[in-house]
Amino acid sequence: MEHIISITVENKFGSLSRVAGLFSGRGFNIESLSVAPTLDPSMSQMTIVTSGDERIIEQIVKQLNKLIDVIKVVDLNESDFVSRETALIKVHTRLEDRAEALRIADIFRANVIDSTPATYTIEVTGDPRKIEAIINLLQPLGIKELTRTGRVAVARESIRSTGVQAKKIARE
Amino acid sequence: MKLTGAEILVECLKREGVKTIFALPGGVVLKIFDMLHQQKDIEVILTRHEQGAGHMAEGYAKATGKAGVCLVTSGPGMTNVITALADAYMDSVPLVCFSGQVPTSLIGNDAFQEADNIGLSRPCTKYNFLVKNVAELATTIKEAFYIATTGRPGPVLVDIPKDVSMDKAEFTYPGSVSIRSYDPVYEGNKWQIKQAAEAMTKAKKPVLYVGGGVIFSGASQELMELAELTHMPVDMTLMGLGAFPGQHPQSMGMLGMHGTYWANMVMHYSDLVVAIGARFDDRVTGKVSEFCPHAKVIHIDIDPTSIRKNVNVDIPIVGDCKMVLREMIQILRATVNGDQKELRKPWWNQIREWQQAHPLAYQQEADGPIKPQHVIRRLYDLTNDRDPIVSTDVGQHQMWAAQYFKLAKPNRWLTSGGLGTMGFGFPAAMGAQAAFPGRLVLCIAGDGSIQMNMQEMATAVVHKLPVKIIVINNRFHGMVRQWQDLFYEGRYASSYLETTPDFVKLAEAYGAVGLRASKPSEIDAVLKEAIAVNKPVIVDVPTYPYENVYPMIPAGGCNHEMILEDPPTLKNKQSGVGPAAPKDSDTILTA
Repeated sequence: MEHIISITVENKFGSLSRVAGLFSGRGFNIESLSVAPTLDPSMSQMTIVTSGDERIIEQIVKQLNKLIDVIKVVDLNESDFVSRETALIKVHTRLEDRAEALRIADIFRANVIDSTPATYTIEVTGDPRKIEAIINLLQPLGIKELTRTGRVAVARESIRSTGVQAKKIARE
Repeated sequence: MKLTGAEILVECLKREGVKTIFALPGGVVLKIFDMLHQQKDIEVILTRHEQGAGHMAEGYAKATGKAGVCLVTSGPGMTNVITALADAYMDSVPLVCFSGQVPTSLIGNDAFQEADNIGLSRPCTKYNFLVKNVAELATTIKEAFYIATTGRPGPVLVDIPKDVSMDKAEFTYPGSVSIRSYDPVYEGNKWQIKQAAEAMTKAKKPVLYVGGGVIFSGASQELMELAELTHMPVDMTLMGLGAFPGQHPQSMGMLGMHGTYWANMVMHYSDLVVAIGARFDDRVTGKVSEFCPHAKVIHIDIDPTSIRKNVNVDIPIVGDCKMVLREMIQILRATVNGDQKELRKPWWNQIREWQQAHPLAYQQEADGPIKPQHVIRRLYDLTNDRDPIVSTDVGQHQMWAAQYFKLAKPNRWLTSGGLGTMGFGFPAAMGAQAAFPGRLVLCIAGDGSIQMNMQEMATAVVHKLPVKIIVINNRFHGMVRQWQDLFYEGRYASSYLETTPDFVKLAEAYGAVGLRASKPSEIDAVLKEAIAVNKPVIVDVPTYPYENVYPMIPAGGCNHEMILEDPPTLKNKQSGVGPAAPKDSDTILTA
């Protein structure tokens, strides 16, 4: 089953490779990964989408907690969460397709953020199914380039999940 | 006052109480060696290969319980020590390794003797540091020792570029360390401990399954108290040997692939497994799906990732073995009232039956070839009263040593368990000897293994480390040969060594003492002579080459289905009835 794991790490040289190395070294799967500094620039926030049965996910969370640079690990699937992904899609547009491309973008509440006589670059944000859907619709027009951020996620506010609690859950 | 990086390093080592380091110099660490040369508090043991330095530091750590320290140069120095780091990581040995690095301005330029030390060591260290600024060096070293020795211990690498060892900074050594993302749990959850204690009092067929964690935690006394209080049998892993006295009537000896028959039967038929500082390695569980089918599992370990990694656990307790056991004993003392012995009488009757049914056995004929088990048995009998430290290499001799050399106390057993590193034994023994110059240190080795770090004999002679090496010389990679006989129809692909050096002459060439026992009747006298010498000794013992280690659970087999002796086809072959063994091996015993 797919799980989204949110990891707070020390924002220092090598932290990303320690996390990535853990996944490759133990044969865990990474479907997507995104990293950026948090409000406190000494820490980074990673969101990893992974999959596995209950035991594998438990191991992933424990092994991540064991890494010295990892400050906090939350398996977001343990509670309710919201997640989003952004894609930038460069669509090849012949003159007769340009209106159709705009219509599709409109349906998905996507923005055109760059335009040339032969292309539109469309920015779309949503859950993965939405991204898949717009890709499917744009494909007949001809997608020249596609880049996706991978998912980022946060727990819904009603759930209180402090670092201390998260580490405790992982240890039990 | 400002100090250079090299001076800071030496100063930090002194503050950490380091007395001995194992090291080999090179271009980028010359400044550090120069500083070490100008002081007297820390002894530098110059090894002949960096792998040797790493294993010596491991032996030192295992025997003392303190962090072992080694120092190597960049590039090949680092790649050579990797095996020792990986070994220490698998067996949770506290180790601090300092490596040299090319100057910071050259990192990434493919400079001479440059390697990505951080990248190379990441998967085989608990943590690693690249020190880019001399001002951070002291704090980094303090953190390195703290991480290596706390929680589940392990190796830590500190990579020091050449310019950092030469630059100057104000020196202050931090009194304490606090790392916000690293905070090992020592105290177990009280409720879980209570649940565990309750389960233990009720169980009819329980077993204590103890590993190396008990030794690192210094919990042997608590373990003894717990075992006697609850009257439970004690199974030990390869790493756990010595945690509980091997001579104690409740000791079942080693369990697992080559464990005793009864140790494995006890596990398989138990109704409660209490794992303490052990990690359910595949050499212990055998076929996981049929592992301990009737048992509830309690697992005490300081490392949460060990719990439920391989087998399902009913009562997990994350914490330090010593602290958890103390708590547990307190609860049990209040509830147990001497009825445990009565409750478990049928269980013990069953265990004694198993012990009588298939004891460890070998046939030594008075004028036949020497059996390897016999050598180890005699070595044990002759040295037992001197409380020796025993190291082994990896293979058949290691398993026989585990079976026949019973240990009364912890920190006496140096062996490579997780990684199974041939060449570990001799340098590890030297590390222990460096820590305890007056003690008797034995290294039980194979003729294959000993050649993997033979060069360290020079180190042993120069530094007067009178380790006694007993080479069980069967001219085979014996364990490989055993598997080929059992599972590859006796095709000895690259397991027969054809020629081994004359170990007696080899020892003499290094300035050590070489002895040989060629007949069973010579064993005692030769071993006694070796023990009496105050020099490094190699005792070469040519042994019967086709002896196999039993009991044996084939890889992936179930724990109660052990092979207890050579199958008939093998017996025929060895007695000359079946297809012949390689002819030149006949010369083995006439060397």
